[in-house]
Amino acid sequence: MYDFTYHRPATIADAAAAFKACAEAQFLSGGQTLLPIMKQRLAKPANLIDLAGIAALRGASVDGQTVVIGATTPHADVAGAAEVRSTIPALAALAECIGDPQVRNRGTIAGSIANSDPSADYPAALLGLGATVRTDRREIAADDFFTGLFETALEEGEIITAVSFPVPKKAGYAKFPNPASRYAIVGVMAVETAAGVRIAVTGARPCVFRATSFEAALGASLSSAAALPAFPADGLNQDIHASAEYRAHLVGVMTKRAIAAAT
Amino acid sequence: MADNGIGASVRRVEDDRFLTGRGTFTDDIDRPGQSHAWIVRSPHANAKIKSIDIAKAAAAEGVLAVFTGADMAADEVGSLPCGWDITNRDGSAMKTPPHPPLAVDQARHVGDQVALVIAESRALARDAAELVAIDYEPLAAVTATAAANKPGAPQVWDEIPDNLCYDSGWGDEAATDAAFKQAAHVTTLELINSRIIPNPIEPRVAIGEYDAGNGKHTLYTTSQNPHVIRLLMGPFVLGLAEHKLRVVAPDVGGGFGSKIFHYAEEAIVTWAAKKVGRPVKWTAERSEAFVSDAHGRDHVTTAELALDRGAKFLGFRVRITANMGAYLSTFSTSVPSFFCTSVLGGVYTTPAVYAQIKAVFTNTVPVDAYRGAGRAEANYQLERVVDKAARELGIDPVELRRRNLIPSSAMPYMTPMALEYDSGDFAANMDACLKAADYAGFEQRRAAAAKQGKLRGIGLSVYVEAAGLGPSHLAGKLGAHAGLYESAEVRVHPTGSVTVFTGSHSHGQGHETTFAQVVSEQLGVPLESIEIVHGDTDLIPFGMGTFGSRSIAVGGSAIMVACDKVIAKGKKIAAHMLEAEEANIAFADGVFSDSASNQTLTLGDIALSAYVPHNYPLDSLEPGLDETAFYDPPNFTYPNGCFICEVEIDEETGAVAVVSFTAVDDFGTVINPMVVAGQVHGGVTQGIGQALLENCTYDGDSGQLTTGSYMDYTLPRADDLPTFAVEHNEIPCAHNPIGAKGCGEAGATGSTAAVINAVINALAPLGIEQLDMPATPHVVWRAMQAAKAAAAE
Repeated sequence: MYDFTYHRPATIADAAAAFKACAEAQFLSGGQTLLPIMKQRLAKPANLIDLAGIAALRGASVDGQTVVIGATTPHADVAGAAEVRSTIPALAALAECIGDPQVRNRGTIAGSIANSDPSADYPAALLGLGATVRTDRREIAADDFFTGLFETALEEGEIITAVSFPVPKKAGYAKFPNPASRYAIVGVMAVETAAGVRIAVTGARPCVFRATSFEAALGASLSSAAALPAFPADGLNQDIHASAEYRAHLVGVMTKRAIAAAT
Repeated sequence: MADNGIGASVRRVEDDRFLTGRGTFTDDIDRPGQSHAWIVRSPHANAKIKSIDIAKAAAAEGVLAVFTGADMAADEVGSLPCGWDITNRDGSAMKTPPHPPLAVDQARHVGDQVALVIAESRALARDAAELVAIDYEPLAAVTATAAANKPGAPQVWDEIPDNLCYDSGWGDEAATDAAFKQAAHVTTLELINSRIIPNPIEPRVAIGEYDAGNGKHTLYTTSQNPHVIRLLMGPFVLGLAEHKLRVVAPDVGGGFGSKIFHYAEEAIVTWAAKKVGRPVKWTAERSEAFVSDAHGRDHVTTAELALDRGAKFLGFRVRITANMGAYLSTFSTSVPSFFCTSVLGGVYTTPAVYAQIKAVFTNTVPVDAYRGAGRAEANYQLERVVDKAARELGIDPVELRRRNLIPSSAMPYMTPMALEYDSGDFAANMDACLKAADYAGFEQRRAAAAKQGKLRGIGLSVYVEAAGLGPSHLAGKLGAHAGLYESAEVRVHPTGSVTVFTGSHSHGQGHETTFAQVVSEQLGVPLESIEIVHGDTDLIPFGMGTFGSRSIAVGGSAIMVACDKVIAKGKKIAAHMLEAEEANIAFADGVFSDSASNQTLTLGDIALSAYVPHNYPLDSLEPGLDETAFYDPPNFTYPNGCFICEVEIDEETGAVAVVSFTAVDDFGTVINPMVVAGQVHGGVTQGIGQALLENCTYDGDSGQLTTGSYMDYTLPRADDLPTFAVEHNEIPCAHNPIGAKGCGEAGATGSTAAVINAVINALAPLGIEQLDMPATPHVVWRAMQAAKAAAAE
């Protein structure tokens, strides 16, 4: 790890000000991706602005038909929160299958989505559930938030404050993990809302996406009896763990399993 | 039996300090004035080193020195030695390339050591390491075992044509060829024994220290055998005599073989400590461990089994190409040759066996012994081909094995590979395992699984190992440069407590408990009055250390013999003190008794007399009660057993789950059943890891290790494993005083075949005959797709 200056602001405004004032600054949330990369000397921010000291960013709550997860809420808290488990159990289940206990107790929702890792779980939750990302500047629909491989709509210095999830009619998440890293080789969040069905897929392409051909085939409801078209392998990720063809196959299998798991 | 003696499941006495963070591992040691080393490693698989500019690095903050291979060569530092010579089929010697601790002129694998930076802290050393400017000229590289010996393959060593280290033959080729000519059926199987990265929980660490006051060097290192390191590194690499070199291997966090070998970093820090006049510490990062710890396995094999009309095995023939990596690690050459071929006969009566072994160089990390070394590879190919023969002939695999097992009545049994099995009842192991695993009920379980969309399979593997290494005279004949005895000193203190100095080394095995149980049993001393000391060449007698499942069978026997010497001397002292005939003195449970007078003396009474010899036969006996034994076994030991594995395969995803695993082992006399069960669990876990999960791959073009971290290299985790059912069939070893055969490697040796046989059994209805390890979900899914496509044609 290279030397850096550590900042620990107590408010969102102070964090934003610190970012503006510092050169080569980077926000630190749970650090489950950033710190290992820094240890490997693949990233060298001169200033690290730790958001963990901002109490307002942490915690889960329910507001009518909306579940709000604070930006620095760790995965373990989302998995265990009664508010989440009773309203969107699929979201709690997804959080429960991220990484391992250490990662779940340190890693945060904002850290995950800001990184837009192609095989992370949370992006599938946001896109599938039609969540809204709240920042210190605006609100961004999940459909607009994830823009590419490790790319999001966030602007320079913009701070995620929370993610709000509308409570769906039902939802289910199914993940086929990479045997080594336990990231998703393919993860599918299948969601039924009043406006129709949303199928979000992570792990299969450089960025989380909606399987529109499946959504069209399913129509208005998540029916496990529905016949899904074959998913095309074109443009899918391939690596030593899974070919594009295997991932395409798994998109179909995991979609069926997500539908079967949906509650 | 003493309460905590042989056969008792005593809790491990060392676990208290391990579980409460009070162990002393090498990285816990910090020497006064210590400096820190960072090793600059090659990013290229094969590259000429055109120049190294150290100026900027040497001038960086906190840097004490920067060294290259040229500096070590200028000090006449020698080559890291290979300890086992193999002779080619034509009688010529194998090719042994140089192995300088720091590469000179050329780097030959990703991770090869190229330069050394020593600084006031590890971070400063690492900072400065980035300033070492190395001008590389990358060359074409070869990493795949099967490609290395092909014409036109990139050369790892210019002076070694076709990358061929040796081409050796083992067994009777003519007799085996004749057996195949008579055969009614021949089963052929081509398979790969996959490459493994050992991954002990503790990465390697080495600290060099030099005392200018007395000219003595000390190396603290993560080793399974400190005396071996002292011998190899001292006289052979650094030109240091043993009396001026102390090697300490304190608590060591796992090895699985990978900490047997003498590594470059040990020589580097020992040499550098004198150069800079400060202790030098090097601690491997986990990512360095991936590219510098010797890897395991990596064989490409063609195996052929010849059978007669009654399905009796007539001959077994294998042709193996074994990957050595870029350099010859300490015992690398012996693994695919001696250790693999010696047990190719397995548990069967096969009269003719022949193996042709080609060892090849590639631009990869050196490959050497890994838990079960050689014998695991042998068992895997044999048990895989037996299962294939059973399928081809339409015979139940149990029945085919039963027709060919060596009967217990044939013991001792001379195999065609010149090993004499002393004991074992292979059929009894198999029968017990079949019963424990409810083999008869399998088809019901298969049918039930099918209803859940799961393909269920069952596989078995019967195994025998040559362990307890080994008779020195035999090892010498076969090319070893070392003896294979073990040493023990049993020091009875004046008031009767006991310290044992053992040449064996414990790095997870629990010797501090099990060896103490042996002493407690022999001398009648309670466990808490016994201390087991290992791992320091200044304390322990010259010993060979721990590998090849040898510690209890050889090291424990040495302790037993030393205890016998203590008892024999104690009888003389007792006879004198009791004014009795020595022949009338008996010893049991810590008490010497005179059968004529019924008078008794405790071991403590005797010890006190031995150290305070006022009433003592000084005219015929030396004072003291401190005995040393060097035990050289007359034969190998032959742990054997049967494993049965059941798997369920998710037909939609190809994911394989091990749903049950049953082991029946004959380890001879079991000292501590709980510790032994732990060894079986660990060994089987590593076998399941290799069979289903562990995936070491190199990129063919760049020669980069593509599984260089836990993001991509899959170690087995608790949720990958079933609950193991472990039983013992104890038939004592016929030739050592303890009766133990060793248990450290059996789990890894026998399990890979059981797992893959189960996977193939599950997939055979689809027409799938062959899969290589690891049978990852992707591998299994592709095989199922190919089989379905073939069936559709």
